[in-house]
Amino acid sequence: MSRKAGVVGVVAVLALLGLGAGRLLALGAGFGSTASAAPVVEGPLDRPGLIARGRYLATIGGCVACHTAQGGKPYAGGRMLSTPFGAIPSSNITPDPATGIGRWHFDDFWRAMHTGKGRRGERLYPAFPYTSYTKLRRDDVLAIFAYLRSLSPVNQPRKALGLSFPYSVRSSLLAWRALYFDEGVYQPDPGRSVAWNRGAYLVQGLGHCNECHAPRNRFGAIPRHPRLSGGLIPVLDWYAPNLSAQPGGGLQGWSTQDIVDLLKTGRSARGSVFGPMSDVVVRSTQYMRDDDLRAVATYLHSLPSPPQAPSALPASAGQPRLKQGREIYRQRCASCHGKRGQGIAGVYPPLDGNASVTEPTGINAIRSVLLGGFAPVTQANPRPYSMPPFAQQLDDAEVAAVVSYLRQAWSNNSGAVEAGDVARYRQTPVD
Amino acid sequence: MGLWLAVAMFYTATGRAAVTAVPDTLQQRIAACTACHGEHGEGRVKSGFFPRLAGKPVAYLVRQMQNFQNGLRKYAPMEYTVRQLSPAYMQEIARYFAAQQVPYRRSPIPTVSATTLRRGEQLAQHGDPGRRIPACASCHGRRLTGAQPSIPGLIGLPYDYISSQLGAWRSGTRSAPAPDCMAEIAQRLRASDIDAVAAWLASRARSTDMQAEPAGSMSPPMRCGVLNPGEGGR
Repeated sequence: MSRKAGVVGVVAVLALLGLGAGRLLALGAGFGSTASAAPVVEGPLDRPGLIARGRYLATIGGCVACHTAQGGKPYAGGRMLSTPFGAIPSSNITPDPATGIGRWHFDDFWRAMHTGKGRRGERLYPAFPYTSYTKLRRDDVLAIFAYLRSLSPVNQPRKALGLSFPYSVRSSLLAWRALYFDEGVYQPDPGRSVAWNRGAYLVQGLGHCNECHAPRNRFGAIPRHPRLSGGLIPVLDWYAPNLSAQPGGGLQGWSTQDIVDLLKTGRSARGSVFGPMSDVVVRSTQYMRDDDLRAVATYLHSLPSPPQAPSALPASAGQPRLKQGREIYRQRCASCHGKRGQGIAGVYPPLDGNASVTEPTGINAIRSVLLGGFAPVTQANPRPYSMPPFAQQLDDAEVAAVVSYLRQAWSNNSGAVEAGDVARYRQTPVD
Repeated sequence: MGLWLAVAMFYTATGRAAVTAVPDTLQQRIAACTACHGEHGEGRVKSGFFPRLAGKPVAYLVRQMQNFQNGLRKYAPMEYTVRQLSPAYMQEIARYFAAQQVPYRRSPIPTVSATTLRRGEQLAQHGDPGRRIPACASCHGRRLTGAQPSIPGLIGLPYDYISSQLGAWRSGTRSAPAPDCMAEIAQRLRASDIDAVAAWLASRARSTDMQAEPAGSMSPPMRCGVLNPGEGGR
């Protein structure tokens, strides 16, 4: 970090401390309370039924994705999670006594999941999405704990924190938490159906969907509203689209079956999964039960229409560039995605009305053209079709032309992108 | 290109797709691979950085994809492409490319001195015992066409590819399960050695028989994790 950026960071944190104090005082003794947790009889952890349930829940939670280093042992941690503030290593959550959670009691685990505090009371960095996991019921957290304790212990010490000052000081999280962390188990809405409440519980809690599908501010925090309105994933540089199915929403026109298909197989009649969501489908959602997937869809269908997403991009690319883009589309894209961007159901995604084409930044379309790639490999789609990468075949201006064209073709009506945007994302790391 | 034309689409008067036929072939499915490596894995002649896959041993190809998955090889577009492929799918893709028989094409060779070429030949055929550098031929086959099941051939690879890969072994952006003998060998090579051996290998005439030697025909002079998967491998 440059010196100037460092100074800005310190000022920002001091400002946060000042801002946070009032809210912290207002919350008073209620902060940290777990009053909403239902009483649970916490019997032995080695019950097969409990472990099996915990395994299912841990799979939905996607724990293994972050808690596994590239090429490393599952759940042994050591993956460096990139944030704008530096890299944070994931922890070893196998039951190794020295380096994992072997000496943890359930209360320690509950505190981490529910309040975002470690075994010694230290504040955990919100790269661990306790901001979502706080909504989990105690019996579900117990099942996950039982499952993790059933794993083979792996001795793998924690990696060093890659954060610079002031973020390296955990007390800097005090104000952050006061501003951006609402502790509390999910409270069912009695006015809604059982399925809706189940979906809301999964999406808001274990699925921690909002951690990507909502905008983050410059403190890495997600403003409280509106939920799942879409957001740029920092550092990874992919845009996680809006998940509303209402007019203007990212899932506009998606049926329950479309949503279920996407999460279960990695593809649907409306779109295919790519980028970081591939990991989510491959490791997590493809294993969800159909009733849970339908519950998720039920909840997503209830999300309100999004506010008009602000876009910094110029409204039109201009006729010459659109003409060039149309020609590139005809030559390179139309054979799979269709002359009118309609795609081929279940094989090649439509581009007309596709939220990943029309999202506010243009990043997803640019990077998909550059990288191509396979749809997720799932039980239901073990040999997916793929898209060729065009990074070697199209220069920056050509990619900008074709992306601008398809963002404005058919019913799409999104801003144009520039060659400079393409140049930037050519160099973006993939993880 | 023929492949794309084969994706035939017919439209009714209303403009809705009436019949859509996407070939249910592996070749159609792996467009992400063939866009750079060629429809038959022939590699790209103009750029040495998109190597030939055709005829390479299945286990070698699978291992390279695994190495991109687990971080032993670094190249962002490949890491992205293979990151979530299953073992079964990688095996199928590797079998496809391993079975392709397409002619080798000569790639551009830099102009180097006769002394450099002699040094390259020396390293490839006999190594440099004084610096504990084994001959390429001691593992990659007497004819340098590779050995089953997992040692790649070196004949037919472009100069750019060989030299950049040896550089990658030295800098650690390409590695293999421990003990990583290629990394050790690359450390012992001087920059001029890499240039020499890459130029000599790239200049070799392709023989009519480019098949890899049978399994068990080589007795490697070093302990290599890649050759003994039980030994320190992942």
